[in-house]
Amino acid sequence: MSNTDIIIHDEKDNVGVVVIEKITPDQDCNCWVMENDKSVSIQSKDEIPLGHKIAMTDLNEGDTILKYGHDIGKVVKNIKKGEHVHVHNVKTKKW
Amino acid sequence: MEIPKSFLGYKRENGRAGTRNHVIILPVDDISNACAEAVANNIKGTIALPHSYGRLQFGADLELHFRTMIGTGKNPNVAAVIVVGIEPKWTKRIVDAIASTGKPVEGFSIEGVGDIDTIAKVSKKAQEFSMWASEKQREECPMSDLWISVKCGESDTTSGLASNPTVGNLMDKLEPFGVHLCFGETSELTGAETVCEKRGKTPEAQAKFKKTWNDYNDFILKEATDDLSESQPTAGNIAGGLTTIEEKAFGNFQKIGGCQFIDVLEPAEEPTKGAGLYFMDTSSAAAECVTLQAAGGFNIHLFPTGQGNIIGNPIEPVIKLTANPLTAKTMSEHIDVDVSKILSREMNLSQAGDELIKSTLRVANGRLTCAEALGHKEFVMTKLYRSA
Repeated sequence: MSNTDIIIHDEKDNVGVVVIEKITPDQDCNCWVMENDKSVSIQSKDEIPLGHKIAMTDLNEGDTILKYGHDIGKVVKNIKKGEHVHVHNVKTKKW
Repeated sequence: MEIPKSFLGYKRENGRAGTRNHVIILPVDDISNACAEAVANNIKGTIALPHSYGRLQFGADLELHFRTMIGTGKNPNVAAVIVVGIEPKWTKRIVDAIASTGKPVEGFSIEGVGDIDTIAKVSKKAQEFSMWASEKQREECPMSDLWISVKCGESDTTSGLASNPTVGNLMDKLEPFGVHLCFGETSELTGAETVCEKRGKTPEAQAKFKKTWNDYNDFILKEATDDLSESQPTAGNIAGGLTTIEEKAFGNFQKIGGCQFIDVLEPAEEPTKGAGLYFMDTSSAAAECVTLQAAGGFNIHLFPTGQGNIIGNPIEPVIKLTANPLTAKTMSEHIDVDVSKILSREMNLSQAGDELIKSTLRVANGRLTCAEALGHKEFVMTKLYRSA
């Protein structure tokens, strides 16, 4: 088994979590989907540190971020597949 | 792994069992802290539990103060209690309620006597209690004597991926043994509140949860000056990769595994519906939450952390686990259980759950937690509103 760089909770999720110290731009990353034990790959566009999220698909302003198969917030700035997903482009739908 | 059927605990007069054998000097109010601390300094084997409140409180806030004081004294990790307050009436109310457990308890008031003579009188009684408690021996107790509370802190995405699900795995495995379990953190279920509500075992439990969460959310909407940025999620959470409260909530929620909660408790309320999982209405601030859970009677605590929370409690041992490999390395003196191998897939969730069960039993049997060894004794009262 090759090393896992990114873990995705649920098949429906459009983000994954970096589980190595960091991934660098243009890195080919191995992703493991916990829910169904499948593997997928993705090429990163940004440097993303441990614990931070990567977009698994292109996302447009107003789209919903899915993690754990659930709604965890809305996209406030377009995000390309492979880019870093965080407070600069996603906001809560609460409060 | 075959799960052990028992642990070595201290059997108490009311049938409960403790994982610790503390003699506590409990101040009723802020101005009695000095006396309580002087006594604990005089008499070895005792600990003082200073705090900031207890004067001119009223209504629900005062009731919560009493519930927290009384519950702390009644906790089976406490062998004997001395209560010290400025006035006799509130002191006696706390003493009488703790006495219902059958454990040794005495109250003293300072007014009309002064600190110095009170310290002398209390020290004599504290010496008697400390030497009495020192002869207590650990005995074999069934697993059902474990009352386990959980709360996570300085969470990051590794909490939701691995350390919180490890706690959930332990809950799934220990619930059939008749263990009492408790989770809280009302505000940190925001975003996952409807999913959590459905985990209520009965329509009553579900309705009670819904009301509790709605009340908390209404309060936050009324008091918040912005979107709670830097409070929920905290700056530490954000540094760890958590983006929104919803993401944090779904991670938090992993701690209960597949369990259903049987009732919703007020802050510091003791459960009365038998073994199983309870939700307690608490703040998500670590020390406030654990203090309330300990006052509810829980005798061992599991605390998953991502970025490295360092909390402890004076009477309830707090076991910390992390799945963040950097935290495990840089803050190793605070981490009792390292489950970071889940992320590298060298360990699966069930193996991590087994490791946590083993560590929990070692601590229940007497092994010091990291927080105990480092002297963490955070005892923090929850205050509902300002005093009169």
